Amino acid sequence: MATVTQGMGAIGQTDQTPPATQPPRQSVIHEWLTTVDHKKIGIMYIVYALLFLVVGGFQALLMRIQLAIPDNHFVSPQIFNRLFTMHGTTMVFFVGVPILFGFGNYLIPLMIGARDMAFPRLNAFSFWLSAFGGLLLYFSYFAGSGLYGAGSAPDVGWFAYAPLTAKVFSPGHSTDYWTLSVLMSGIGTTATAINIVATVLCMRCKGMTLTRMPLLVWLYLVSSCMIFVAVSPLSAAQIMLCIDRYLGAHFFDTQAGGSAVLWMHFFWIFGHPEVYILILPAFAFMNEIIPVFSRKAIFGYPAMVAASVGIGFVSLSVWAHHMFTVGMGPVGNTFFVFATMVVSVPTGIKMFNWLATIWGGKVVYKVPMMFAAGFLFQFLIAGLTGIMLSAAPFDWQLSASYFVVAHFHYVLVGGILFSLFAAFYYWYPKMTGRMLSEKLGKWHFWLFLIGFHVTFDLMHVPGLLGMPRRIYTYEAGRGWEIWNLLVGVGALIQTVGTLIFVYNLIHSYFRGKEAGPDPWDAWTLEWFTSSPPPAYNFAIEPTVGSRRPLWDLKHPEDPDSSYE
Amino acid sequence: MGDAQSRHRRHVVFDHCRSRHLLELPIFGTICLLSSSLTVHAAVSALRKGNMSRCTLALALTVLLGTIFLVTTALEWRHLIYDAGLTIKTNLFGTTYYSLVGLHASHVIVGLLLLLTALLFSLTGRVTEAHSERMEALSLYWHFVDGVWVVVFLVVYVLGR
Repeated sequence: MATVTQGMGAIGQTDQTPPATQPPRQSVIHEWLTTVDHKKIGIMYIVYALLFLVVGGFQALLMRIQLAIPDNHFVSPQIFNRLFTMHGTTMVFFVGVPILFGFGNYLIPLMIGARDMAFPRLNAFSFWLSAFGGLLLYFSYFAGSGLYGAGSAPDVGWFAYAPLTAKVFSPGHSTDYWTLSVLMSGIGTTATAINIVATVLCMRCKGMTLTRMPLLVWLYLVSSCMIFVAVSPLSAAQIMLCIDRYLGAHFFDTQAGGSAVLWMHFFWIFGHPEVYILILPAFAFMNEIIPVFSRKAIFGYPAMVAASVGIGFVSLSVWAHHMFTVGMGPVGNTFFVFATMVVSVPTGIKMFNWLATIWGGKVVYKVPMMFAAGFLFQFLIAGLTGIMLSAAPFDWQLSASYFVVAHFHYVLVGGILFSLFAAFYYWYPKMTGRMLSEKLGKWHFWLFLIGFHVTFDLMHVPGLLGMPRRIYTYEAGRGWEIWNLLVGVGALIQTVGTLIFVYNLIHSYFRGKEAGPDPWDAWTLEWFTSSPPPAYNFAIEPTVGSRRPLWDLKHPEDPDSSYE
Repeated sequence: MGDAQSRHRRHVVFDHCRSRHLLELPIFGTICLLSSSLTVHAAVSALRKGNMSRCTLALALTVLLGTIFLVTTALEWRHLIYDAGLTIKTNLFGTTYYSLVGLHASHVIVGLLLLLTALLFSLTGRVTEAHSERMEALSLYWHFVDGVWVVVFLVVYVLGR
């Protein structure tokens, strides 16, 4: 029998701390350095990731300038190799993972009515370990070939194929910096996943059964379970690479009986689930934002849960679609073609459910919803180019071409980054107590949208015309010139949009409109607290009776359970 | 000369791999490690009942048995490296064998350090019944190390024959 959420008191009146005086600056720094509060750790993850987003974006700009005209000499080929390696490694491991875990850390305890994560000290440890990993990677710029030789960053590509990474082909230490920083970040990620699973399974408030959890929490749970399965092979592979490079072992040494293809299997068993680990939180944000801005509960909650779990399982079985050109044989290839096509089915269910949520709703056209609309359109297109690539013969033509680069940037930027921007505009008021400027947000959205499409729509064309990825320049007369130039122009437009966003973040912190506890008239527990929430989140543990506890509070005559 | 030497070594490794007493030392080590799981379980039970002296004794036995296991591994490796000429660099078998057993052994070392710390605290009378959950967490780690060894042993010594 469904019950109505009750006895929680008024919204926003959870903070019973007496007002504090301004603490001295030193103790503020000490507080942030030693905090175990999930909200502060979440914010540190997010700020850390934003800094690396700017660095990674700068690396992308340098590459686009080099490729804007044929036979360019803006950077040397060696520097170009380092740029694409660092850009990829930074964006996946030190932007994507931290920023999504930052939001997860911040939101999960609040959304389940808990006081903090299950293991707060482990939480802090994960953050500092991951942060150190990022700094270690960038330290390679100084120390890659030993401190007394010239430094150099790794240049082996973000997936570091064997045998290029063998000691004989990559002397010096730059590859080791890559290996160790990724290994460390993986340990931090695994620890956070443990924390999330323990928190979600053990610390939900009274009345919150698994089927009453916000979908965001479900998706982070699935993502965390995937992390257990996917990060272990990566860590194992990194250790094997270290043993190869320093103890003379032969894991990836084909001439001695090992196998370079073994590295590919190990890496992609991690690498493919990794991108699903990144996209599931992006789906999570959409699951919260789209219903609120359509003024309608999410369509098909049980199907959404089932689809998310399904995506989690199936995505663990598709990894070798990154290896179609390696020669696994027709049986192997066919299996991975089918598995890759199958994973699009639960994903499609989610897309349809989002559309069904918006259909018949009363859409509030604010910046989070604009980014959500961009996400829906772009993720669809990205999925379609993915299905194209899943056909092995098609992939044989386009593997390692700019078509693949365009596809995955379409998912990562057009999908994940747009969803992240929506999440920023939606939850910034909760985290800081101030609204982001709607006007600047619209400038950000339109500039970034136009820049994104100029860059990544057009990028498919040179791929189809045969331009390989990772080349540092190309000769004139191949028909690639105009496309590369326009792609670069789009990158500049995106840069302007991003700078407006960064300005918005900073300016609104000081001058933004006061937000209050629930600026979006939303329904999940985090909007019950003041903005920003007090350190202990909830003065009294909430009791929930449905999936939308705040809806019940605001509409006691029309409980959410009647919508289930 | 170098070629004949390496051919001789390969013969020795090959013959060595087929001989029956290859398994004596690892089997003895395995028995010790598996028994240490029983003793650490006994230590946790004793602690839950408040029997501190029995807990200390069981912990000491666990550390002893774990150390014996490490010693058997060390003896085996010394034989393989100096008598049979098999190192991690020699061939793919060497690589995988030393990596598997070595990574397991490093987990054993970590476990032994933790157990030794617990033993020292126990000997100085600082462990009480209130610590039983922590001791159980440590024993779970030790059981995991043991379980992984069962798999490694089966894969390397039994199935790999």
